[in-house]
Amino acid sequence: MSESDKLPSGRTRIETLEMRGITKRFPGVLASDHVNFDVKSGEVHALLGENGAGKSTLMKILYGLYHPDEGEVLINGKPVRISSPNDSINLGIGMIHQHFMLVQTMTVAENVALGLPSSRGVLTDLDRVSKRIIELANLYGLKIDPSAYIWQLSVGQQQRVEIIKALYRGAALLILDEPTAVLTPQEVDELFVIMNQMVKDGHGLVFISHKLHEVVEISHRISVLRDGHMIGTRLTAETTKQDLANWMVGREVGFTPDRGQVQRGAPRLEIKNVSCGSDRGTPGLRGVTFEVCSGEILGIAGVSGNGQRELAETITGLRKTTSGQIILEDSDITGLDPAAITDRMLSYIPEERMRDGMIKDFTVAENMILREHEKTPYSRYGFLNLREISQHADALIKNFRIKTPSRETHAKNLSGGNIQKIVLAREIFRTPHVIIAAQPTRGLDIGATEYVREQLLEQRKQGAAIILISEDLDEILALSDRIAVLYEGQVMDIVPRVEATPQKLGLLMAGVHPEEIKQTSEVF
Amino acid sequence: MRSRLNSLIDALLPVLATLAALFVGAVMLLILKVNPIVAYAALWDGAFGSTNALAETLVKATPLLLVGLGICISFRGDVINIGGEGQMIIGAVLATWVGLNFTGLPGWLTILLSMFAGFLGGAIWGGIPGVLKAYFRVNEILSTVMMNAIAVQFMNFLLRGPMIDPAQAQAASQIPQTARLEEIFRLPRLAPTRLHLGALIAVILAVLVYILLWRTTLGYRIRAVGQNPHASRYAGIKVPRYMVLALLLSGAFAGLAGAIQVFGVNYRMITDGSASGFTGSAGFNGIVAALFGGLHPILTIPASILFGALLVGANKMQRVVQVPSALITALNGLVVVFVVSSEIIRRRRQRRREAVAKRDDETPLTGNKPISQAEAGS
Repeated sequence: MSESDKLPSGRTRIETLEMRGITKRFPGVLASDHVNFDVKSGEVHALLGENGAGKSTLMKILYGLYHPDEGEVLINGKPVRISSPNDSINLGIGMIHQHFMLVQTMTVAENVALGLPSSRGVLTDLDRVSKRIIELANLYGLKIDPSAYIWQLSVGQQQRVEIIKALYRGAALLILDEPTAVLTPQEVDELFVIMNQMVKDGHGLVFISHKLHEVVEISHRISVLRDGHMIGTRLTAETTKQDLANWMVGREVGFTPDRGQVQRGAPRLEIKNVSCGSDRGTPGLRGVTFEVCSGEILGIAGVSGNGQRELAETITGLRKTTSGQIILEDSDITGLDPAAITDRMLSYIPEERMRDGMIKDFTVAENMILREHEKTPYSRYGFLNLREISQHADALIKNFRIKTPSRETHAKNLSGGNIQKIVLAREIFRTPHVIIAAQPTRGLDIGATEYVREQLLEQRKQGAAIILISEDLDEILALSDRIAVLYEGQVMDIVPRVEATPQKLGLLMAGVHPEEIKQTSEVF
Repeated sequence: MRSRLNSLIDALLPVLATLAALFVGAVMLLILKVNPIVAYAALWDGAFGSTNALAETLVKATPLLLVGLGICISFRGDVINIGGEGQMIIGAVLATWVGLNFTGLPGWLTILLSMFAGFLGGAIWGGIPGVLKAYFRVNEILSTVMMNAIAVQFMNFLLRGPMIDPAQAQAASQIPQTARLEEIFRLPRLAPTRLHLGALIAVILAVLVYILLWRTTLGYRIRAVGQNPHASRYAGIKVPRYMVLALLLSGAFAGLAGAIQVFGVNYRMITDGSASGFTGSAGFNGIVAALFGGLHPILTIPASILFGALLVGANKMQRVVQVPSALITALNGLVVVFVVSSEIIRRRRQRRREAVAKRDDETPLTGNKPISQAEAGS
């Protein structure tokens, strides 16, 4: 075998990997219907599809976690048997799971060595493992300290540990299952640099995502799955985002929702010089001032961790302010408890919907009354009115097209999109005066994202004042009337939408002062 | 149809687990050279063989059920109450004190006041660890266990000193016990057996606890806080308050169990120095009964009867086939282990079903038009 067949890690390349006619049935559902898929050495092949389209099933089959009912896998043209992850690892296939499989209290080297036999028998060989990690890290340009503990590392660094782990085990072909879902934009860029390097070195990569712009940016080929069917495979250079979106959803998708003309009304919520602490003990907000008017969406842009969470929590009464005033429709709500603020028709769609917005083991109907269970008609004299609660739930399920077997189904059994619809339904059915929506579409597929955005715009039309907190600049630009940029707990600037460009917002998000931006633009 | 079959299998699992435990017990009996059929016949006979036996089973089941009801509340609120023993004792002490001192009132009123005192005593003894947990983050498992120890010594002190039977105070023996309750202050018997009104009260309370948990806003909040304190806080529920209430109510039911034990069975308090001397370990066994009943108040009724039957029947079995009492304890333990294991199997089955349902649910999201568009179109 010639030298060029080798990867930097010393492992032989997988020139081609083919999955042919893969079929997998689960009781009542065909998760994968005669799907063909292939990856070549030196390419990123993106696998695109909505939640439940069958992407994960297909990859779990490849990694040996599921067994296909029909179909075969070929490596370099020869059929192979993959009946467990061990088989696939031995064949040179590695998988980076969406949720990392790392032990937080162990070091990088310990995690990499975990589950592998030691070269010294019963004694550990962590020094050798560390040496090899450094070797691999240098070869692939992954900066990582083998003696660091996992809990000390950022999410992006932890992902790198997962990649090293796979390389250490001799992966020639890597499956990355929604690797960008947990990363900040900067970390995504860093990941893409690593991915490009790996591809150049001859690895094959499968990139699973439902974020179109990332897919278009990084991949060479794109395959789209829908309802367990392979819709098609195209060269990335020959497709557009619009085509891909339509393929995924199976119909025309509007990227820029029709915002319509809405008359901006009177100020509904005024934040006056508000400061508060954060969970880390550092200042969370530092003298934030803005107002939101009826019929207006104020976008809050910023890199996560710059005070967005604290902002939402102070307004909703979940966090104490250290100074400043919050005025909701002419009355001071500073320091009121969350229930009292909710009563003043303020609704909140929390960022971590599974943790803060929803009780997983409650039924859909029970979740629908989470905020209003003590109010008539849902309860009287402390007794729940089950008939009213059921009717309410059925009405919301119908109006918001929530896909659930019944109102008595436990929320945890629903998909992410439908769970967000429950939160959305609960928070906006009462036509609130002010809505705080934090990352309302994060992790949702295109169909659900589109739905949530339409609903927010509908509320704006009804006259609600909406604060939209999002890390997705496209979303901010698509929905907002004005955009405030948060940086280290301060509002850097508030920009009308017509004046906002991703470049300008990006500079503000990085902490560059508006005056400086003006100066630089004057220079050019 | 399929779901009905599934729930039937789920419902039968604990029964099958109990049978499996008895089977392992049979092997142990064989090793001891005892005919298991004879032994189990004696057990059955002792528990259900006669009116008296059945009544004894129900008498034993009553405190298990009452404690178990409290456990249903606290565990649903994600508060672990291991303090049933202490709460029973304090409830009994307070109730006994009322029953011995408010003798001028009509019998029914004194009984009612005493039961309330028992309820209150348990509530206080459960409420203290509740406050410590909710506002000072003291682990409730530790604090409730410690409260047990305090309660025992408090009882020993009272029964040797301030509350000692005046007759005993005079006598040389100085047996640590209170005076006997007068006949009109005792809970009425339901049949010519030892079965007393307390059993009926417990069953009625089981229904009330069911209503509390699933039909009132208080129960809704306790369950919400238990399932997800974060979301509860976001929804405006004062989380610490409902933690305290869950533990307080749990203690109250145990306190009532203690009061009913005195007013229905013993008619006085007497101590051998230990907690189980008074409670018969009902404060712990009630937890097992509630878990056996899936933390559902109504299902806790048959669960309590089962454990009551095991306790009563085991006595008879021990007498008839002459096995060491340790075997009886082991048999009880086996039932618990097997039932808990069957719960794991049930959960696994449920997860598998849910995984299927979820996949069904997730697959076709297409054609899901937003309202505004659909409305505009129509």
